[in-house]
This record gives sequence, structure tokens and C-alpha cells, in this order.
Amino acid sequence: MTALEDALVDVAKFDLAGEPLRQLNSRLHEACSSGMPRSWQVVNPGGKHSIAVGLDAELDVEIAGHVGYYCAGMNQRANVRVLGNCGVGVAENMMSGLVVIHGNASQSAGASAHGGLLVVHGDASARCGISLKGADIVVEGSIAHLGAFMAQRGRLVVCGDAGHSLGDSLYEATVYVRGSVAALGADCVEQEMRDEDVSELRELLERAEIAAVNAAEFRRYASARELYNFHVDNAGDYRHPDA
Amino acid sequence: MPEVSAGRPEGACRRRAQLGLRESSTFDALTIHEIQRAARTGIYDIRGGGAKRHVPHFDDLLLLGASISRYPLEGYREQCATDVRLGTRFARKPLRLAIPITIAGMSFGSLSANAKEALGLGASALGTSTTTGDGGMSREERLSSDTLVYQLLPSRYGMNPDDLRRADAIEVVVGQGAKPGGGGMLLGQKISERVADMRDLPVGIDQRSPCRHPDWTGPDDLEIKIEELREITDWEKPIFVKIGATRTYYDVTLAVKAGADVVVLDGMQGGTAATQEVFIEHVGIPILAAIPQAVEALQELGMHRRVQLIVSGGIRSGADVAKALALGADAVSIGTAALVALGDNSPSFEADYAKIGSAAGCYDDWHEGRDPAGISTQDPHLEARLDPQLGGRRLANYLRALVLETQTLARACGKSHVRNLEPEDLVALTIEAAAMARVPLAGTRWIPGMEVR
Repeated sequence: MTALEDALVDVAKFDLAGEPLRQLNSRLHEACSSGMPRSWQVVNPGGKHSIAVGLDAELDVEIAGHVGYYCAGMNQRANVRVLGNCGVGVAENMMSGLVVIHGNASQSAGASAHGGLLVVHGDASARCGISLKGADIVVEGSIAHLGAFMAQRGRLVVCGDAGHSLGDSLYEATVYVRGSVAALGADCVEQEMRDEDVSELRELLERAEIAAVNAAEFRRYASARELYNFHVDNAGDYRHPDA
Repeated sequence: MPEVSAGRPEGACRRRAQLGLRESSTFDALTIHEIQRAARTGIYDIRGGGAKRHVPHFDDLLLLGASISRYPLEGYREQCATDVRLGTRFARKPLRLAIPITIAGMSFGSLSANAKEALGLGASALGTSTTTGDGGMSREERLSSDTLVYQLLPSRYGMNPDDLRRADAIEVVVGQGAKPGGGGMLLGQKISERVADMRDLPVGIDQRSPCRHPDWTGPDDLEIKIEELREITDWEKPIFVKIGATRTYYDVTLAVKAGADVVVLDGMQGGTAATQEVFIEHVGIPILAAIPQAVEALQELGMHRRVQLIVSGGIRSGADVAKALALGADAVSIGTAALVALGDNSPSFEADYAKIGSAAGCYDDWHEGRDPAGISTQDPHLEARLDPQLGGRRLANYLRALVLETQTLARACGKSHVRNLEPEDLVALTIEAAAMARVPLAGTRWIPGMEVR
């Protein structure tokens, strides 16, 4: 093997207990430019914020432990894997690539993400997929309230249950839930699960490496488009779920 | 013809008075018109622009020119510098602007592409910056703007890391003076295919963007958010935080604590593309009352001049610029005035304004997309009325005049740099302005609310 090939297969290791976050992100950004090394292992993340943000290359980054806010924020093309739980806004505004969380995710997971796939193998908290703009999010567990709030484009798939106000003020994004839905938000309605939904979903679950879930068991939710143009007669529809 | 009482010509008022007819000052003609409109439609009035009501403003302050106790600088001969650096606290690449007057954030969507291009051309000619808005970075404005500030807004329309890296600075928008606590609004008439595509929205819907960011709430989160933006851009770009003027002392303190390089403070006279009239007129405080609060917060933190302060909301002339700088701002920002310079509300479109039920000088239905001047529209025919080169030249001319006026006043106060203007150079004409601006009432040593020196 040549030195170049060595560098390509080598896994760079970074210990966040010993070196600062700035150093990690700076080295990852350099690797995005040079293309080397392609694989990274980050140990002792210690719940630090903004780990592996702003990546723009096909890097593989594995983080061994829990992370804080905005892990893999604005990700482009990179594969980021977190072997732990993550804080607020994981993969926020992601453009492309793959982010996989093997634990639970806090609020606003995948907020305003434009592309790529976010997989949460545990549960996700409130506002999962808020302002979603085209990305796919698959949650193996359940999500809390206001999932897909004002989601514009893309898909949110929940294998467990969904909290109240699901899909509130939804635009053109689609939500699939296998378990129960506490309550739908304003302008979000259940729609027929068509064959193409099932096959799309099957493909998405496969990419998310979630095998034990049957795509046919999901229900489909989307916008009724009643509130797309504001009309005073609809003013009462913007309501609190408990009202 | 002078106008009094709700816009009625004086002659008409006098004739009515001679007939014993008296208009109520509580239920004046505009109030009655609004009640009738609400009764007819059942919905609030939406419009563009900022507060139209009279509020204490820079006009209520005067500058103390030099005399025996101070000596002035020679008008055209002695240097009076105008440059300003923004983002010197943390950013590796602070902005260096030739003049302390920037162009405020206005979206492509609310404005036409030609208008955005014209703003870029005009600002670049004078060595200053423009700002994106709630709709992403348009090709035209990036190309035409030498220095471009990229806004991060609650809606995150068009937000992407490539543009973030292409930007010269990043502005986290928490609020704006026209509607502190409110979100964006762009009605269906202006959601063209291109606008819809940039915002990932269906064409023609009424877009109501949120008032809170999707992934942070409160000052502690904001600090983490700012750190993320710095990490993504390798600590290169200055990070601005924009707030609408309300609880300014506390908001500025928290913005600085959260790590802002620059605080942008917008008073209630600051414009918007579209919001409820009731919001524009009744929420927020005048910029005059906000600047001293912001400066106080910065001074207490030992951060005045280290975190730069940009103020906006009703800046029209070099006098306004000079007074804002004297109160402690590092720079000002203009929005409405820049649009007027491009041609907004021009009498040359009087006939067109009449056709849509408005008049030059009063046109504020910027949300409807029917702007005869081709500025607040997405209609290609109307947009074609604004030549970006010509508009850019008009803006550049206006900016030149603002700079000359500001320098004239600064030299009169004996300053070799406009930033050396200080509160000591100011007095107030009214008790209200004295109390708000914290400068003495003219001819006295009295600042209401403070002990006599």
C-alpha cells in the first residue's frame, strides 16, 4: 500500500478531553479540504456543543459518547455517528449526508434541515423536524410535542408515538407515525397511506438500518392546506391543543 | 399647503370650524376610517414601513457647535475621517467600512432582485455594507455587494453553510424595531416561483415566518448558537446580533454576554415589508430612547467601542447620523431612506399611486407587490422600472450627501473623526427628548431623571 492509501484507510483519533473543540473542528475542516484523513473517531466528547459542525466532504466521523447542542450542524455530505445521546438541534440545517444518533435526541432535532438523513435510534424530544426544509428524519422511538412544526418539505418518520400538536402549521412536508398521535396540530390531517408511501417508507427505513419495523403499519399525515392563505374565518383554527 | 389635524387642508378645517363643526381629536378622521375598515373586513390592517406617529426623535436634539470653549475644524480643508471597524471583539476578519452608514437587512422577496442589486451597487460605491433578509442570499446582491452581511433568522429561509461562508459577516436576527416580538410576513402576491424556491415554500401562499428561532431560546442558548456559527466559519466572520428596541438595556447586556461582536439596535421607526399596523405603531420604543440604554449597558460591561453598536430606525439625514454617533453609536443603518433614494414614493409615479388608492409620500402597501417604483414587488413588469445601475447611483449620491452632512456637523463640533462626537456635544429641545437621550435641555443643566451636575 502506498502512503496515500494508508492515509485514506487510517482512522484519525481525537480526544476532546485533552484538546479543545476548536482544534477538532479546525482539523475536520482541513480534512474536508484535503480529503484526508477520511475517517475520524472522537472520544470523550463530554457533552460538548458544536462538535463536527460545518463539515463539507464525505468524511466518516464517529463520536464515542454524549454530545451537546448542534452536533453535526449544517452538515454537508459527511456521515456523523454519535454513540450516545445528543443535545438540542442535532444536525440543524443539514444540507446533505447522514447523521445517526444511537441514543436519544433533545429538542429541535434536525431543525430546518434541507437535505440528507437524520436517524435517531432512541426517542426525540419536542420540535423534532421543526421548519424542516427537505431532509428526512427517522426516529426509531417516540417524539414529544410539536413534531414537524411548520415543516416545509421532507419527511419525518416516527416508529413509536408522537406527542401533541404534531405537524402544526405544516406546509408540504409529510409525517409518518406508526404508533399513537396525542393530537394533530392546526391544519395537519391524516391522509390515505398509498402504495408509493409504503415503498418509499420501506426504502427510508432500510437506509436508516431499522429492520424490525413494517412500513405498512404507518399512518400518513400532511397539510390540509386550509391555512395557506390567511383568512379571518380561520383565525380560530390557530389554537392551543389544550384549548 | 400646510396640513393640520389628520391630513385635512387648513382651509377645509377653518371652513368647518366656521360652521361650528368640530372633529374629535380622539375619533379623528383616520381613526373613524380605520373603525369603518375593520367593521367591513374583520381583519387588522397590514402595511409596510415603520411607525408613522410622531415620537421624540433626533429632530428634538441640537448639536453644540464649537466657539471659544471648543474650536472647530475648517469645513473643506481639515480632515474628518469616517471609517469604522466592526467585529473587532472575536472575529478573525472584522469589517472595515469607509463610512459609518450601512444598509439594513431587507429580503429578496420583499424587495425585487433589481432593488437588491441597486442597494449593493450604491453601498459598494461608498465602501459600506448591505445585508440580506428573511429569504436567503440572492445572486444579485452577493455579486453587487463588496461587503455583505448574511442574516440568520427564525424562518431559516434559504439558510445554507455555503452562503454562510460566502458572507462577510453574520447577523443573528432576534427582532426588528417595527415589530419586536413578531415574525416575518410575506403575502402570497409576492411569493413568485423564484422566491418560493429560495424559501422552500409553495408558490402564492401567505408566508408567516416564526418569531422565535427553531433551535434556541433565551440568552444561554444564544451563546451556544453563536459559538456554533463561529465554529462553522472557523471564527472568521463577525457575528452581529440584531434586536428591536424594547428592554434595550437588558437585551444589549445579554447579547454581549452571548458573545456578539456587534449589536444592531433598531428603533420603532424602523421599517418592515409587512406587518400589522397595530404592531408597527404600538410595540417598541423610539431609537432616541434606546441608544442611551444600549450605551449604558456596553459601558457598564466595559465593552463600549469593543462591541460595536449599530443603530437604525428613522435615520434620514447627516444630522441624524451625527446625533446617533454622538449618543454613542459606532455606525447607523438605513432601510426606508435607502428605498426612498432608489425611488420609493417618488412623485414621478403619482398617477400610478393614485390608481392603487395611494399617493406619493404615503405609499406603504409594500406587502401587496404592486409598487409602481419597482422596488417592493416581484412583478417583472414593475421590477423593470428600476434600473439597478441608476438606482445604485441614486443611493450612492444619497450616501455621499449623508456623509458630507455628518462631516460638516462633526467638524463644527471640532472633531477630526465622526466617532469623536459625544453626548457632551448635544442638547435637547424638549423635556421628553432630554429624558430619553439623557442630554440636558437646551440652555439648562437639567437632564430629567438625573441629578443636576
